[in-house]
Amino acid sequence: MPAVSKGDGMRGLAVFISDIRNCKSKEAEIKRINKELANIRSKFKGDKALDGYSKKKYVCKLLFIFLLGHDIDFGHMEAVNLLSSNKYTEKQIGYLFISVLVNSNSELIRLINNGIKNDLASRNPTFMCLALHCIANVGSREMAEAFAAEVPRVLVAGDTMDSVKQSAALCLLRLHKACPDLVPVGEWTARVVHLLNDQHMGVVTAAVSLITCLCKKNPDDFKTCVSLAVSRLSRIVSSASTDLQDYTYYFVPAPWLSVKLLRLLQCYPPPEEAAVKGRLVECLETVLNKAQEPPKSKKVQHSNAKNAILFEAIALIIHYDSEPNLLVRACNQLGQFLQHRETNLRYLALESMCALASSEFSHEAVKTHIDTVIGALKTERDVSVRQRAADLLYAMCDRSTAQQIVAEMLSYLETADYAIREEIVLKVAILAEKYAVDYSWYVDTILNLIRIAGDYVSEEVWYRVIQIVINRDDVQGYAAKTVFEALQAPACHENMVKVGGYILGEFGNLIAGDPRSSPLVQFGLLHSKFHLCSVATRALLLSTYIKFINLFPETKGTIQEVLRAGSQLRNADVELQQRAVEYLKLSSIASTDVLATVLEEMPPFPERESSILAKLKKKRGPGPGPEGDEGRRDGGAELNGGGEPPPSTASTPSPSADLLGFRGGAPAPPPAGSSLLVDVETPPNPPPPGGAPPDDAFLGAGPPPPDAPPLPEADELLNKFVCKNNGVLFENQLLQIGVKSEFRQNLGRMYLFYGNKTSVPFQSFVPTLAVQTRAVEPGVEGGAQVQQVLNIECLGEFRGAPLLGLRFRYGGAPQSLTLKLPVTLNKFFQASEMGAQDFFQRWKQLSMPQQEAQKIFKAAHPMDPEVTKAKLLGFGSALLEKVDPNPDNFVGAGIIQTKTLQVGCLLRLEPNAQAQMYRLTLRTSKESVSKHLCDLLAMQF
Amino acid sequence: MINAILVFNNHGKPRLVRFYQHLAEEVQQQIIRETFHLVLKRDDHICNFLECGSLFGGSDYKLIYRHYATLYFVFCVDSSESELGILDLIQVFVETLDKCFENVCELDLIFHMDKVHHILQEVVIGGMVLETNMNEIVAQVEAQSKLEKAEGGLSAAPSRAVSAVKNINLPEIPRNINIGDINIKVPNLSQFM
Repeated sequence: MPAVSKGDGMRGLAVFISDIRNCKSKEAEIKRINKELANIRSKFKGDKALDGYSKKKYVCKLLFIFLLGHDIDFGHMEAVNLLSSNKYTEKQIGYLFISVLVNSNSELIRLINNGIKNDLASRNPTFMCLALHCIANVGSREMAEAFAAEVPRVLVAGDTMDSVKQSAALCLLRLHKACPDLVPVGEWTARVVHLLNDQHMGVVTAAVSLITCLCKKNPDDFKTCVSLAVSRLSRIVSSASTDLQDYTYYFVPAPWLSVKLLRLLQCYPPPEEAAVKGRLVECLETVLNKAQEPPKSKKVQHSNAKNAILFEAIALIIHYDSEPNLLVRACNQLGQFLQHRETNLRYLALESMCALASSEFSHEAVKTHIDTVIGALKTERDVSVRQRAADLLYAMCDRSTAQQIVAEMLSYLETADYAIREEIVLKVAILAEKYAVDYSWYVDTILNLIRIAGDYVSEEVWYRVIQIVINRDDVQGYAAKTVFEALQAPACHENMVKVGGYILGEFGNLIAGDPRSSPLVQFGLLHSKFHLCSVATRALLLSTYIKFINLFPETKGTIQEVLRAGSQLRNADVELQQRAVEYLKLSSIASTDVLATVLEEMPPFPERESSILAKLKKKRGPGPGPEGDEGRRDGGAELNGGGEPPPSTASTPSPSADLLGFRGGAPAPPPAGSSLLVDVETPPNPPPPGGAPPDDAFLGAGPPPPDAPPLPEADELLNKFVCKNNGVLFENQLLQIGVKSEFRQNLGRMYLFYGNKTSVPFQSFVPTLAVQTRAVEPGVEGGAQVQQVLNIECLGEFRGAPLLGLRFRYGGAPQSLTLKLPVTLNKFFQASEMGAQDFFQRWKQLSMPQQEAQKIFKAAHPMDPEVTKAKLLGFGSALLEKVDPNPDNFVGAGIIQTKTLQVGCLLRLEPNAQAQMYRLTLRTSKESVSKHLCDLLAMQF
Repeated sequence: MINAILVFNNHGKPRLVRFYQHLAEEVQQQIIRETFHLVLKRDDHICNFLECGSLFGGSDYKLIYRHYATLYFVFCVDSSESELGILDLIQVFVETLDKCFENVCELDLIFHMDKVHHILQEVVIGGMVLETNMNEIVAQVEAQSKLEKAEGGLSAAPSRAVSAVKNINLPEIPRNINIGDINIKVPNLSQFM
């Protein structure tokens, strides 16, 4: 007999659904729905009290309308009435409506909570289950506050029915996930562990899920679960397929519970007790053995269930990473699956093998499958599977297989799906660099990458090839020759032009001896691409040209001609125009010696973590799984070129160095007493000869630091800039100081504009910084503005902003002024996006009291969520949507980047509109940073 | 954790939608649409898992789906779930529907949405798996139906009675009854008064 009889439905509902289904057009459907909504609204508002049946019917109609994609903003009150009814049918539908159409209206939630409370206390198991399901489905903070204490009581009470226990366990789990802080650990925890021994398999399953989640936070409190889980698992695994009756699924005993138990065990290291460990190893062996037995059924469900356990067992073996015998068996098993006809199994085998590849015991065993994996990359029809194959190739790559794997990935790239091309490009670039023995191979590989998938080659990749070529003189000649050849292709990617331009500008001389690549030929080749390129590339090429003038005096005339052309000198783009003007001037007035000094070959870049690797990590997102493992392995491995000498401090970065964003390489004396490194340069305005390469800043002797204490309002002025980078820093009747700044990672650049508001010139105008600086033009004409550029590097954590002292004479009277430069620690904030799970995991990891800083304060400005959002973004953190269960709250995450350390920061801002208060919580890995950021940010609202 | 359970037909019409994380209505609709497009373009013999990119705002999520005749059953899960386990769970859910509706078809899902939700509720709550044993699930659903029937009997009676009373024009009844030669014993109406 069917459990649902079809005849007893609600006629009105059926008629309505049929009407909708008969609608010929979307418009007709919307019309019908609106009619119905109006009808229901009037029914709900009408004076006539509706009976339960009608309410139920209308609520069902609303649910149906919601399913069709229409927002439902009423009916909640009726639903609350239904769930408070003592009739099961009405209660059931009321709860359903509330859990599908969650509403955060607080008055409503109070009523719902009231209904739930009554049902929990009712001792009617059916009602209790309905109430628990509703809490679990909604899982809001308000519910956690109301029931976090009650649910554990229900769970461990001796007289609770099994079905209620099951629901209560999962309900508690959901509350813990939503608000871990509200679920207290109590004496019930020990009793929860003992639920693993419960008679009822359903209860055990729910309890395992709960413990798996709770034990991550307090592993010690739940340690006893390991031996209980092992014995439970062993009983299931060794049971005959008929022992567990209902929980046997297609001849597999309790597959779901087995999987959950194996997951739970992955939260702990291998058991220390020999007996427990022995029993567990036996279990794992049994699972592996069973995989070799003939199937008990041909149904796919049978093999699915069996393999679900098998894969989980393998995951546990990999997690332990201590039993070479099991690891190799696991690898062989996965090897079989690699060729299985079920696509699902091939997919999962590739995924699991990724993790195996990083184990020292099984790395070699994994490598034996290289041909199969390459085959998968080439022939799989499913992009998900191909992606896994590419991941595995990346994970299993080592020095002996690198050439083969890189070649295969390159050839795959030609046909790869667009969605994964960029990632493949990054992987190829990393492997090529990491395992390059012969750097000409590396250069070939990267140039091939650009040729095949130029659009997907990100800046990081081509920056990196230039870094490496510059740092290794054994490959420079080869690189010059290769890019020259590559550029001869009729259509070559702009990234190729960039790399080519840069490399020829540095090392074109190495191939100039060959008449086929004489200086003028090289120039002609590059210049033939010039007009097709973007502004950034053209700017780079202009720098190449001036370098050519230095390398090849014979090209001077031709190049000057090009620079002098109206299209350059009067280019609408200010950067191009400036470069053309400066380079032309430089080439015509500087002596050969000066030219040679200014345009000297780039010094080697300092060794740092590969920017590509960082990019790949960022792309894949932090988190568990094989990506995390890769990151760990790569992070530890020494990258090639590590032995390069440190950059010489006498070097001269070329003007285009900053284009590559490598200012970290600029030589700099450490400033005393400050962890901020600010170097100051005066840009040519109008351009003075020499083009002001950044090292000019270090020629001038450091003037005395500002002597006057900062203005009383300096802090307040500084405060305005915490969340923004541009604006007016200071203004009085004489002078206006504007600021424009940009920051990336631990580097920043700031433009200061000093405007004279009077009609009288300022004399002896000297802005000084607590660090080294160079004077700007000593006079500022009336009404004129001078500009000063600061390059900033954050060396370490700091609290105080650097001081900016200003001295000048106005009409004979000396003026002086000291301000705080708007550089605060949060400027070096790099936003990180993450999901709720990640966020909470990290949040939990930073749970030591000194890692947290919290402030509760009154709102100083109107509480507008949009403004708040903008401020938080301006502060530098990422805004994470849908992380906080309360949509009014804001959570953010980011990393403070300094040269010496990186500090991960999580923040949460909880506005309370009624009280006009905020609560701000910061958690970072460093106490002082938490506090400082909290102080800075709290002043903003 | 299961973040969402979506059932739609071959044309993308949603038939059952359940989100276990709070998302605005528009976002839900967009996820349904995008999921449908992701799943639709896959043929039936490739794998049942696919990464859903940033659909749910994280790289950790996967779509695990099965295609039955006219319906797609799609579960969106995070990495804490076993892929094959979820695949089994979909099967358990569908087999349960089949038992409860006797040869379930798309129409059953449309016209008995509330029932389908109640059945799902016995399998998954709050994104976590409550029960995987089909007999247990069916027993729970049957118990529900019994309760409903019992209440239906009780609750239907009074409302019928009330409308009956409303329609009865008391003074006329005896007269009507007396018309003709059918002799009907006039019921004792006093209990209705």
